[in-house]
Amino acid sequence: MSARLTIRTAGRILRQLSHDRRTIALLLVVPALLMTLLRYVFDAEPQVFDRAGLVMLGVFPFVIMFLVTSVAMLRERTSGTLERLLTTPIHKLDLLLGYGLAFAVAAAVQAGVVAAVSYGLLGLDTSGSAWLVGMIAIANAVLGMALGLLVSAFARTEFQAVQFMPLIVLPQSLLCGLFVPREQMVGWLHAISNVLPLSYAVQALTEVGAHTDPTGLMWRDFGIIAGAAVLALVLGAATLRRRTA
Amino acid sequence: MNVALEIDKLVVHRGGRPVLHGISATVQAGTVTGLLGPSGSGKTTLMRAVVGVQKVHSGTVTVAGRPAGSPVLRNEVGYLTQDVSVYDDLTVRENARYFATLHGVPAASADQVVVDVGLGEAAGQLVSTLSGGQRSRASLACALVGSPSILVLDEPTVGQDPVLREELWQRFHELAAAGATLLVSSHVMDEAGRCDRLLLIREGRLIADDTPAAVRAAAGTDDLDQAFLRLIKASAAGDREA
Repeated sequence: MSARLTIRTAGRILRQLSHDRRTIALLLVVPALLMTLLRYVFDAEPQVFDRAGLVMLGVFPFVIMFLVTSVAMLRERTSGTLERLLTTPIHKLDLLLGYGLAFAVAAAVQAGVVAAVSYGLLGLDTSGSAWLVGMIAIANAVLGMALGLLVSAFARTEFQAVQFMPLIVLPQSLLCGLFVPREQMVGWLHAISNVLPLSYAVQALTEVGAHTDPTGLMWRDFGIIAGAAVLALVLGAATLRRRTA
Repeated sequence: MNVALEIDKLVVHRGGRPVLHGISATVQAGTVTGLLGPSGSGKTTLMRAVVGVQKVHSGTVTVAGRPAGSPVLRNEVGYLTQDVSVYDDLTVRENARYFATLHGVPAASADQVVVDVGLGEAAGQLVSTLSGGQRSRASLACALVGSPSILVLDEPTVGQDPVLREELWQRFHELAAAGATLLVSSHVMDEAGRCDRLLLIREGRLIADDTPAAVRAAAGTDDLDQAFLRLIKASAAGDREA
């Protein structure tokens, strides 16, 4: 383990991103665009936009970082750079934390842009602080990143990696309470939603929307998201094998 | 002379069938050893075993006195894979500097190695915009960057023009003269003649382990190309009789 190698690896990943101007533009503009769309879809019901827009703020980074990371890590695996890295002194955790750090930075910039547009231009209104929303958004991004790293082990091609998005992300989005409150779901669906991390992300965001000060429930949910991200990272580390058949 | 690599009765299975059938060989430190053989003969698998990324069925590979793949060897062994394995979306310099960081050497030595492989002019270019030969040299730069004492190079000169091939081989011999041990696979026979020693494998078995001169003598021809053809045919004929 080396903080230096973790930071240098994060720097390398951000440098790769920085050479890809179109991806950066998409990362920064698309969520703000979708948020604007959402604002005018609910033009007549600002309180619905306040609720749904807030949840979207937290969920965008999760979905996008999941996608970006699963493809980025798959490239490391298929291009042979991963095998090469594992013949050097770098520790597996340095590599994974490097990814975590790089995409947390990317998510922070992305969340900053969407939040500025949402609060500043679109009139999003939450009782709690926008900083708390940003903090939860970054935790969600790290969770999405960790899950993306993990599923990249189960994909052989970029086509397959992209297909994991509907498999991992859509069910969580449907069951997280965004469309139907989780309490109103049939028992078995409610039970499933209880073990999906995105449910806690949405609950934490809803708490920020409803309360001026951070609540105990929000901190507990935040802890669950962070714990799920760590668990996914550890499982992801187990899929990085120095020796293969 | 010190033994840098010791391969003892190495058996490797891939995809459920054996691809290396008990290979034994030693490589002296400070030499350039050529690894030759028809496509699919197990050259890359043998190199992967030396680097320590290959699951081994039985037998041992000892590198600088330690089991292949030991953590202490990760600063000692440089590996060039057959496919180009560098980051397409980074420049040549950024790639070399990143691998320099991993080996704890300064950015300046990364920049030097980029010049050494003849990419000084293209250092600021994204790897994705380079020609095939340039890409493979960018990959080579990343293998050389930590000044490893053991270099395992899988087809390092593929796609290079004759002038560059000449320069690269000169560089390999300079590295060996400075004490490094090189294991280099190749398809090109005029390169085989430049090695201190040759390992010829066919279908996962070692059929020659000697100096180029001795290989020529054994096959009764001065032409290494012919020599290898004869040795391979003789080995295949031996298989049919057995």
